[in-house]
Amino acid sequence: MITGGGRMFRKRNYLAIGAVTLLALLILSLPPRVTAQLKLTMGSLFLPLFGLANTTQQIPADLADSVLPRRELFHQIDRLRQENEQLKAQAIQNAAIARENDQLRALLGWQQQAPWKLKLANVIMRDPANWWRTLQIDLGSRDGLRENLPVLTANGLVGRVSAVAFTRSQVVLIGDPNCRVSALVENPAHDTGIISASGPLDTSLVDLTYLSGSASLKPGQNVVSSGLGGVFPRGIPIGQVVDSRPVEFGLYTEARVKLSADLGALDQVWVLFP
Amino acid sequence: MNPLQTILILAAAFLTVFGEATLPVLRHWLGAQVDLLPVLMVYAALNADLATISLLAVLGGLWFDALSANPLGISILPLFAVGFVIYVRRDLILRELSFAQLVLGTTASAVVPGLSVLLLLTAGKQPLLGWGSLWQWVVMTVGGAAATPFIFALFNWCNRSLGYQPRTEPGFRPDREIRRGRI
Repeated sequence: MITGGGRMFRKRNYLAIGAVTLLALLILSLPPRVTAQLKLTMGSLFLPLFGLANTTQQIPADLADSVLPRRELFHQIDRLRQENEQLKAQAIQNAAIARENDQLRALLGWQQQAPWKLKLANVIMRDPANWWRTLQIDLGSRDGLRENLPVLTANGLVGRVSAVAFTRSQVVLIGDPNCRVSALVENPAHDTGIISASGPLDTSLVDLTYLSGSASLKPGQNVVSSGLGGVFPRGIPIGQVVDSRPVEFGLYTEARVKLSADLGALDQVWVLFP
Repeated sequence: MNPLQTILILAAAFLTVFGEATLPVLRHWLGAQVDLLPVLMVYAALNADLATISLLAVLGGLWFDALSANPLGISILPLFAVGFVIYVRRDLILRELSFAQLVLGTTASAVVPGLSVLLLLTAGKQPLLGWGSLWQWVVMTVGGAAATPFIFALFNWCNRSLGYQPRTEPGFRPDREIRRGRI
């Protein structure tokens, strides 16, 4: 026998199930643009905490700076000065090479290459879900960011901007199913393939797929972006070939590539503007 | 509905999501991030009312999805399903026992990510899955189980410290006084 209280209990249960399910389905069926806006709005609730966390992280660094001996500081300044001089000399040499390259391109009638414009960004958080490989940076539309801009470190390609808010952006990393990069192996045949999703555990290895069946890959060969696809410019280092194997009865070759950039320890990244 | 308890649970969910996104220590060492929202849901399902459980599922799920590449709203249903099942059966559960809490924390930590991935696949998304995902699932389950006693202890302490404590009645009752005669 169901008592009055039991009936009331059941009614409340049905109401709660209905309300929550309806709300979830409603949110899931919203148009992508509305969902993206809603997501950014919900995410911006965390901004004060990001500021607080940054300040808290800065305190130990400031304390460490304040107790650093003067001798060590002078030593570091000397070392940086030397490095600066070396880089200046290298920059002069690079500028001369670039001029020569431009002249040769002009002689051959090839299109001029625009120099890369880079903007430094801090990584503020990572995807809390284990089944995606994304992170968020502290640059947004107010800094001129837009979707699909390449993101890299000094070592190599990291990923691309996938969503942009006013003050922060989401970057989808290489190895995520939503970030595919057309890549070129620096070997005599210039084999091209697609960098695609890898295993969920090891962030340093990705798969290079759709290489031709006759591709002759050797461990240690460099892999760079091919420039095909229109998102990533040609020549950004991606990694090095670890090993390769034939797939689909030798129709294609697949290779494992060790990434140049350490995706597990990203603090700062560069966003590349065309 | 105890507003203090609801506020505490929602604040904890907010901080949990923020911590999961900004503290990469576990991910760095174990290859997976532990999700504490299912454990919070177990606490809410055992101690709070249905409105709090619904609020935790909706807000916790939305906050989690907002910082993740998940489609917005996909985490709501797995959280609510686990919370609701425990809530409906909570009178049959020895909820004061640590062992019961631990078993529920372990089960919830295992079921919620499984249901989330199932929903993602149903929605046509391609999450990053492989044999390594089994390890991540084990880490999430064990991590959630390990955190369960701490979450319960923390909330019990918060409720004791901040909540209203009913005044305990003294044992003396004048109507039960034994009046003795001379002999």
